[in-house]
Amino acid sequence: MSAVTPLEPAVVQPTHTISLFVNNKPGVLVRVSLVFSRRAFNIESLVVSPAAEGRFSRMTITCSGDPDILGQVVKQLAKLVDVVHATDHTGDQAYETEIALLKLECPLDERTHILQVAEHYKARVVDFGAESLILQIYGSSEKLDAFTDLLRPFGVAELVRSGKLLMARGKRMT
Amino acid sequence: MEQNHPTGGERLIQCLEREGVEYIFGLSGGAAMPIFDALLDSKIKLILVRHEQGATHMADGYARSTGRPGVVLVTSGPGATNTVTGLFTALMDSAPIIVITGQTISPMLGKDAFQEADVTGITYPVVKHSYLVKDSNDIPRVMREAFQIATSGRPGPVLIDVPKDVGQGPCSAPFTDEVDLPGYVVASRGKAENIEEAARFLNQAKRPVLYVGHGAVISGASKAITTLAEKLRAPVVTTLLGKGAVDETHPLHLGMMGMHGTAYANKAVADCDLIMSIGGRWDDRITGRLSDFCTNAVKIHIDIDESEFGKIVQPDLAIHGDARLVIEDLIPQVEMADTADWLARCDRWRKKYPLKYRKQGGLRAQHVLDRLDAITAGEAIITTDVGQHQMWAAQFLRVRSNRHWLSSGGAGTMGFGWPSAIGAQFGNPDKKVWTVVGDGGFQMTSCELATAQIHKLPAKCLIINNNFLGMIRQWQEMFYDNRLSGSDLEGNPDFVKLAQAYGVKAWRIRRPADIDRILEQAHAYDAGPCVVVAEVVKEDNVFPMIPAGASVAEMLVEKPKKKLDKPEGST
Ligand SMILES: Cc1ncc(C[n+]2csc(CCOP(=O)(O)OP(=O)(O)O)c2C)c(N)n1
Repeated sequence: MSAVTPLEPAVVQPTHTISLFVNNKPGVLVRVSLVFSRRAFNIESLVVSPAAEGRFSRMTITCSGDPDILGQVVKQLAKLVDVVHATDHTGDQAYETEIALLKLECPLDERTHILQVAEHYKARVVDFGAESLILQIYGSSEKLDAFTDLLRPFGVAELVRSGKLLMARGKRMT
Repeated sequence: MEQNHPTGGERLIQCLEREGVEYIFGLSGGAAMPIFDALLDSKIKLILVRHEQGATHMADGYARSTGRPGVVLVTSGPGATNTVTGLFTALMDSAPIIVITGQTISPMLGKDAFQEADVTGITYPVVKHSYLVKDSNDIPRVMREAFQIATSGRPGPVLIDVPKDVGQGPCSAPFTDEVDLPGYVVASRGKAENIEEAARFLNQAKRPVLYVGHGAVISGASKAITTLAEKLRAPVVTTLLGKGAVDETHPLHLGMMGMHGTAYANKAVADCDLIMSIGGRWDDRITGRLSDFCTNAVKIHIDIDESEFGKIVQPDLAIHGDARLVIEDLIPQVEMADTADWLARCDRWRKKYPLKYRKQGGLRAQHVLDRLDAITAGEAIITTDVGQHQMWAAQFLRVRSNRHWLSSGGAGTMGFGWPSAIGAQFGNPDKKVWTVVGDGGFQMTSCELATAQIHKLPAKCLIINNNFLGMIRQWQEMFYDNRLSGSDLEGNPDFVKLAQAYGVKAWRIRRPADIDRILEQAHAYDAGPCVVVAEVVKEDNVFPMIPAGASVAEMLVEKPKKKLDKPEGST
């Protein structure tokens, strides 16, 4: 995993992970995303899903931007009437995971290496067609990055990632 | 069965009655007709405006002067978009207004129906919160929540978009008093340990300054702050919007700070060893260049809005709570301080750098405003528009009591002055209300002369007519080699005749000798609105001035001899 070449140019703003517990109502996502865009934060991934109690939703957001402003962004999110709480998990001991689906277009007789990499990463083949195959992998976002990079030379035709899911460990609230 | 239920529109009006609403400022249209119709059977009075922006500023002026929310009712599409400036103005200055907009029928939402605008979408960034009501039965809950949100915590505008079928359809839902807003928590008292720490800081300070902002006005902290200042013997400075929270004739009051604040207020801020913001937000008009702002002073920040902490200035101590409650808790913990030297120094500055203007020669705005201060004697509610006249009014009108000074600070909205005075007069029938406006800004909402005239509302409008967008001309003179680009208001109407065309009483002041006589007549005139046009010298500048983004050290107390660099600060 050490030989991964970064995809992006080196100068990138650090990535942060924020979780929000919000009212499950129309418009909430817009209000939340406006806070990010106004402070020039780019949302990298966003997962919205129902919370255990149906009137609430969870949002897990990874974003990049100036770390000095992040605290402000979190406070401005918390201030929204529809946000019950907002937590910055950057540097937290939280459990994180993500799922990716990769479609590789390659003839049957050229798949040996691909399958070796997949096995090493504990990825599953979920579709095995004549011209293409789909791999499913889950784990940390970094692992998914590395896996994708390794397979890139074989021709990744499509990539779909779920975005990061996160839960605080122990008694801490997500 | 259904006939027994009120329509959504009727229910909405009943909800407003339950909230104690006296007036609705608005203008109708197709989509709002069910609600306007219901209004006919209500004791709430409709104030029909001439432009929806005017309605928002009236509601805002009503709200700021009374502390009670102001209500606006307009139609969909252009009616609603005309309220955007007013929503923004109210948001920037934390004014509680409720704007109800009609909307196309719900099945047509998103289909470019006639006069359909995505109003909740357009207004997200300029509201504290908003609703698109999809079901008539949601009306009682939405209305209660809207009032709760608009008026509590850090107040602000709430928009309610009501599709026509929702206003027309039956509403069987009962009224509700409860609100269930799990994401909305309002701070009240500050944490005891924070207040103890603040007291420790204050008790050690040799040169403290209390910096009073709009939050102090909103929380009604006047008495508490005055007591604290007297106990600490600490000078008080205010922001533009903090004016009136502490009587400006109080000997400890140094007036307004910031870009066009008094030199003595700014010098005190620059030299203090402790500055405590009471409901201020360290606006760039206040701090100037941040790296030079109060570099050696302990900074305490009291605010009801947690997201203000560290936004501009990293405080040494932040106290999250209501300004009045925090100060009341603080008072018993502070000791009488020995600040005699410090106060003497402030007084020396006060003597050395007084606000000044020329009384000879042409008519000066400052002279007129100085006299207006004397004639109104702190009894009147003053509202202003935006520009030079606003800054001169802030300098020369010493506001004696809370909620007697209304100005568009954060947004700097031209057109605010006159309608906000109308709203303030409706909310305060027993008070004199004056607005001070420029010839430019007045023309943005002058159509509301009709609104005031119809109701024989005795609000008074002082137009400082310099035939320029004066503040713009001043910047062009000072920073752009006097290259005047779009600042000459050639083509202005005769404002006396304009007022008269509406049947409004009007006077003109041409010479210094006219000032007192005319202001007194206007002040006494109660038969309806009136206008005083002061034809002032065309080219005059507001001083002191700290150029945007500069520090107090660069403050200009008079016109500089040499050309200045273009300011680096925000605007
Ligand atoms: C709606 C709006 N447009 C533009 C401005 C920018 N602006 C600030 S002060 C000013 C000049 C105001 O002129 P006037 O109303 O005549 O008042 P004066 O400065 O001459 O006292 C302008 C154009 C503004 N604040 N608001």
